[in-house]
Amino acid sequence: MGHDIFEITINAIKLIVCFLIIVQAVPVLVWAERRGSAFIQNRLGPNRIGPLGLLQLAADAVKFFFKEEFAPANAVKFLYYAAPIFALIPATVAFAAIPLGAPVQWNEHIFRLQGYEINVGIVFILAVSSLAPYSILMAGWGSGNKYALMGALRASAQVISYELALGLSIVGMIMTYGTFNLSEMIQAQQAPLSYSLLGFTLPLNFLPAWGIFYQPLGAILFFAASFAESNRLPFDLAEGEAELVAGFHVEYGGFKMLLFFIGEYGHMIVASALMVLFYFGGYVIPGIPMETLNQWALEHAPDANFASLLAGLITLVCFLVKVVVFLWIFIQVRWTLPRFRYDQLMDLGWKTMLPWALFNTILTATLIYVAHL
Amino acid sequence: MPLGGVIFITIFVAIFGVVILFAASLFGTRKYDSVKFESYECGIPVQEKKDTKISVKFYLTAILFILFDIEIIFMYPWATTFRDFIKSGEGGYVFISMLVFLAIFIFGLFWEVKSKALEWE
Repeated sequence: MGHDIFEITINAIKLIVCFLIIVQAVPVLVWAERRGSAFIQNRLGPNRIGPLGLLQLAADAVKFFFKEEFAPANAVKFLYYAAPIFALIPATVAFAAIPLGAPVQWNEHIFRLQGYEINVGIVFILAVSSLAPYSILMAGWGSGNKYALMGALRASAQVISYELALGLSIVGMIMTYGTFNLSEMIQAQQAPLSYSLLGFTLPLNFLPAWGIFYQPLGAILFFAASFAESNRLPFDLAEGEAELVAGFHVEYGGFKMLLFFIGEYGHMIVASALMVLFYFGGYVIPGIPMETLNQWALEHAPDANFASLLAGLITLVCFLVKVVVFLWIFIQVRWTLPRFRYDQLMDLGWKTMLPWALFNTILTATLIYVAHL
Repeated sequence: MPLGGVIFITIFVAIFGVVILFAASLFGTRKYDSVKFESYECGIPVQEKKDTKISVKFYLTAILFILFDIEIIFMYPWATTFRDFIKSGEGGYVFISMLVFLAIFIFGLFWEVKSKALEWE
């Protein structure tokens, strides 16, 4: 984890902070979701406790703590208790691999604002987040309830079906950047946008070279598939409360259910962060190249160390703002669209999104090949 | 080097989960009776055990997923190195060979749809 004790300590703290970001974001997101949905539905939402109802989160946490703890008699106890704990792990491990800001240079140490730098970042994140169905299946089987089991089966079939479209939709993006490394991908998106094909060049210098301009179809497919991956409406067949009550967590209450919530919102955060990273330039502020920002930080900080730290923090804030935009889209979509029927869901995944993702791959490959002729 | 970090955060999260579940179990009230431990149902006695019959479609979906996922994984190394191959002049060969692979993929998908493996009714 590092070369000396200083680096190891900092790296361990960074990992814990990554985890705390997810845990702390969940109450805020729940508040935003309840409040936002209330305004969408012309209600007021939680507004009694604290300013704007913000302390509702603390009240909820206290209430969860004093809930009665029991497992149903039919439950497989080990799986029943292990599932909510396991639900936290994939989202956290994936989130820690995402670069949240520009690297900070402190004397001879370089600290990246991410849990760990992984050379094959995309493959690692996809591999880790595909562990999510395990916790759903553990919960469904461990609860010893047919609603839970059916919900878990539907959820896992849905997640693995959309994983194909998700995996295939980013092949075009990988081809465009030619790397698996997330930091290099952000570097590649800093230049001004210009299309060149068969000797013609169309410069659009006022726009940054974000992935969305090269891969619009891939971006749409990726975003839609990540809705399905995080079990959100319109893909929340796992819960489908009209038929399955609450799906795989029907037997869970109190803190056990809260841990599932943290897992689900963690997946939303990871999906939004990946969306920002792949298609919206990562932590770089649009219109301001990193060199300008570093120069500005050098003029406003006492020495080079603090200038680097300042630039890192500014990019971190920029990244979080971009992520919040996508999180809001997640919430808005949930309260706007109705749920699919199960056969429509599977048809959309296998017969619509998978062929379109294939088409996107072939189109990108052809264009790249033609552009280099 | 990242392996240490991955193991560290995994163990940390697991311990966090265990501790928080244990702490929550200390505070709650305890009033148990036999009805409370029954599985959730719509107000009637539980009719089916948990090992109820499951549609074979789920099994089929899982098998098809593995097949197609492996095929997609093969595209990843091709996608990363495609530009390098073009620069070294072997782009045409690599492009054509991948098109052949993709043709097999598309044929498989077409056959799967045609054989009604994906029909849910």
